[in-house]
Amino acid sequence: MTGPFRARGGGRIDRSRILRFTFDGRAFTGHPGDTLASALTAAGVRLLARSFKYHRPRGLVSAGVDEPNALVTVIRDAGRTTPNLAATEVELYDGLKAISQNRWPSLRFDVSALNDLFAPLFVSGFYYKTFMWPKSFWAKLFEPVIRATAGFGRAPTAPDPDTYARVHDHCDVLVIGAGPAGLAAALAAAVAGAKVILCDQDPEFGGALLGDPTAKIDGRPADDWVAETVAALAETPRVRLLRRTAAFGWYQHGLVGLIEKVTDHLADPDPALPREVMHLVRARRVVLAAGAIERPLVFPDNDRPGVMTASAARCCLCRHGVAVGSRVVLFTAVDDAYHAAIELAAAGVIVERVVDLRPDGGPMTAAARAAGLAVETGATIDRVFGRTAVTAVEIGRIGADGRVAPGPTVACDVLLTSGGWTPSIHLFSQARGSVVWDETRGVFLPGRSVEPVRAAGACNGTAGLADCLDEGWAAGADAARTAGGGEVSPRRFVATGTSIAIGGFLGEVPHAGDPDRARAFVDFQHDVTAKDIRLAVREGFRSIEHVKRYTTTGMATDQGKTSNLNALAIAAEAAGKPIPEVGLTTFRRPWTPVSFGAFAGGNRGDLFDPIRPTPAHASAVGAGAVFEDVGQWKRARVFPRSGESEAAATTREVRTVRETVGLFDASTLGKLEIVGPDAATFLDRIYVDPLAKLAVGRCRYAVMTRDDGFVFDDGIVARLAPDRFHVTTTTGGAARVANLIEDFLQTEWPDLDVWATSVTEQWAVMALQGPKAREVLAPLVEGLDLSGAAFPHMSVAECRVAGVPARLFRVSFTGELGFEVNVPAGHGEALFRLLADRVAAVGGAPYGTDAMHVLRAEKGYLVVGQDTDGTLTPADVGLGRSVGRGKPDFVGKAGLARADLADPDRRGLVGLSVADPNVVLVEGAQLTADADPKPGTSALGFVTSAYFSPTLGRGIALAVVAGGRTRIGTTVHVPMPGGSIAATVVSPVFFDPEGRRLHV
Amino acid sequence: MLLVPCPWCGPRPEIEFVAAGEAGIARPAPDADPAALAEALYFRSNTKGLLAERWRHVHGCGRFFVAVRDTVSDRFAGSWPPGVPHPSPAELAAGEAER
Repeated sequence: MTGPFRARGGGRIDRSRILRFTFDGRAFTGHPGDTLASALTAAGVRLLARSFKYHRPRGLVSAGVDEPNALVTVIRDAGRTTPNLAATEVELYDGLKAISQNRWPSLRFDVSALNDLFAPLFVSGFYYKTFMWPKSFWAKLFEPVIRATAGFGRAPTAPDPDTYARVHDHCDVLVIGAGPAGLAAALAAAVAGAKVILCDQDPEFGGALLGDPTAKIDGRPADDWVAETVAALAETPRVRLLRRTAAFGWYQHGLVGLIEKVTDHLADPDPALPREVMHLVRARRVVLAAGAIERPLVFPDNDRPGVMTASAARCCLCRHGVAVGSRVVLFTAVDDAYHAAIELAAAGVIVERVVDLRPDGGPMTAAARAAGLAVETGATIDRVFGRTAVTAVEIGRIGADGRVAPGPTVACDVLLTSGGWTPSIHLFSQARGSVVWDETRGVFLPGRSVEPVRAAGACNGTAGLADCLDEGWAAGADAARTAGGGEVSPRRFVATGTSIAIGGFLGEVPHAGDPDRARAFVDFQHDVTAKDIRLAVREGFRSIEHVKRYTTTGMATDQGKTSNLNALAIAAEAAGKPIPEVGLTTFRRPWTPVSFGAFAGGNRGDLFDPIRPTPAHASAVGAGAVFEDVGQWKRARVFPRSGESEAAATTREVRTVRETVGLFDASTLGKLEIVGPDAATFLDRIYVDPLAKLAVGRCRYAVMTRDDGFVFDDGIVARLAPDRFHVTTTTGGAARVANLIEDFLQTEWPDLDVWATSVTEQWAVMALQGPKAREVLAPLVEGLDLSGAAFPHMSVAECRVAGVPARLFRVSFTGELGFEVNVPAGHGEALFRLLADRVAAVGGAPYGTDAMHVLRAEKGYLVVGQDTDGTLTPADVGLGRSVGRGKPDFVGKAGLARADLADPDRRGLVGLSVADPNVVLVEGAQLTADADPKPGTSALGFVTSAYFSPTLGRGIALAVVAGGRTRIGTTVHVPMPGGSIAATVVSPVFFDPEGRRLHV
Repeated sequence: MLLVPCPWCGPRPEIEFVAAGEAGIARPAPDADPAALAEALYFRSNTKGLLAERWRHVHGCGRFFVAVRDTVSDRFAGSWPPGVPHPSPAELAAGEAER
């Protein structure tokens, strides 16, 4: 016998096999078909968890996905440790190891249970009210302590070794939920010939039918009908059946996210299998048959282990062959819960009393009395005795005036409760469906949706089995037809079974307890009581969204599946407003927790984001490069030699370029080929600079703005032929520049005969910069005279370099004599190695982006996006004279004509110099007029670039400052934590201002 | 995730596209006065209901086009290549109301 509470017969379990498992180190046994919750219940374990805030002992409340209390951690190994799983959802396997959470040192003796004694202090908004002062204590003391004390399970410490798959799928009809309505819908759609996907979060199809032994369909036990229907669906080629698969989120246009748990229920999963599969299903039509959730009643101490929903007890008995207790009291506001009592009694459990909240009971009251049960109507529960397990309850009698008089105390070990059922409209609401308040039954039901979804069965407020089947069939047939599939004739089912009470009693029940003291729990998972909600309303919170955040009701992993409507009813009553006026909180994705692994899928490690190495990447690695990420690019930042620090290496690399020659891999620059009869006209309009008359064989540094006139990108425009240009962009701006160019070509000037092609990946670019650049390069070049006279600064030519066709640019981003050799990408690696050897032979070296930044800052060359921020015009950065104002039109012409751009106080790019040469300012530091500015003083500007310049032997900085170059010669202050630093505003060109070194 | 109707490629998932703002806004003239410039650059209709928008099928055919979308329901009422005359959102809404 696997536990004293295992029923002698019944249940959908395989009694021939015994599974061993442990909970908090204690060994137990169960059967295939058990959940962790049912197996522990069979063993008589009632205490399964401690609550979030008060650390109150807690047991099982429900039997499914809505379980708020029984959260456990399942451990396979350090990386395969899953916290916060509902024990009702954990399928038992041999060797399963689970532990309880939120307790220390043990579940039975938990030190933090002291919190419960101080519960009167932990009212709504406790944190906001208590940890207000002193302010500095929050970050260092209060928050860490609260975070350490609160919370559920702990995240695993090792990386997740499992794999997670993602599948994109399409279907005509997606049916969510395989209860009676869902099965009927899937069958109808399948018969109509539609491509169908049917999913259910359970391991077994059947939904509510699995826990209803009274159900009969077409004259036979419902079990048989389920088996036949599932078999028929399985044989239909266009139908896919997904078990253990929850529809967790609705995205737009019929896209539904399904999460399939593949291996969690297996003792020894095949390592080749993914742990979970995320199905992203694009469905033409969706039938939502998500069922309903039973609500617990709200009364004093309703959270004691042993107080659970009637359907949970029925599910334990019918599905798992487990009696939840030996002496049971049922407390109900609806009829269908009586079935649990009757079936438990039939299984030999003593049903001490049925307490019916309704004055005269309901239709089932007489049936129960006839079956020999003692029923009290017009009664309630005032108190629950027992701390770690229910020992007795006190029954209260509701008088005609609504007052409650204490009644008898009845000993029991389980108290079943039912307030009625809440339709699961979560996904319907996510599909932007409106919800409609049903006044008579007191429930929210699906209204209209802009998405192709139709609800059927209990989630649509339909209670009877035959009605659910009929509605499912009709919904499935309609979905198949409107999805463009075939027709299927209407069908009516003859069926009987438990008719659940949609609606029922909402809010806190009448009881004899003090409403300001009694702990009547609404949200078990977050320890929110009815009085907490009333307090929130009393303190002025009116919106249910605010009440939710202030009290934390409906938060956490269960998202208030059992509690939201009760909380809403209590808030509405306290506010004196009808429920629909108070409104619902948003139904958020996901419906059930989904692992991060499933969302990440294969996008982990190297596959997290594409990596763009340059063609010469391997050689840079070989040369000892340290790389940086620039977007997706890997760029060599510095090439430290053995024993050399990065800073020392950067200094050496800068000196090398100034003194001999450096080699730089510039392949990441964005490159566009602009071709066509109107190419020159087009570029003349796209860049602010005049480009129409650019001579063949010449380059121009050009700036691009958008129509607002603010600097957007810059680069080199090179004319290779009258109708052919090679254009470079910044590394980070390549995609947005290409997009802007395409936009203007396609939509603004479609009359221009121009083609723009991104060739960033097609060319490898090696820059040789320094006085010896020509000496290194010239012997490799065929068909071109590199002399200063024949090939001056800003020239371009097509030639051969090292035997390879090349585009050779004489350009410089360092202020030195410079060449950029473009060769087809496949030759980039060889060219880098060849040039590296030749550079080394004359005392040069490769250099990285750190040195490049210092070199360009010494020359005052700006970096778009670092020295500009989208509010600076070309004139603001000192390039005003290059704007072709005489052009009839260019992108930015109107923006640059704004009169207010002439404001002399506009911020502009300048250099900063500090008296102490060793001081390097900090990028992003603010600039002020006063050394010790008063709080609230506006900054004059800020530092955009700051480096130590080896060439000048001092710190240099670029900055934007109000007034720009008109401020040159004045002093500004840079307030820093250690005190203000005075800096003189200077020209941004620190080195070789005449540009003599360029023109050699 | 939306299914965006590319006039050339048919309905494709949203991740293949970039939105390019409200359609039908003329680029400011080179001599636009500041008010006209501000209107063209910064003011948008923020319509609740049918709105003509520009999209680019950047990870597909690469082309820009105009699509009319209901900003409440995300339903697309149609899409057209750039420069092709298309019914205004108001005309589309009126046509739908008739049906």
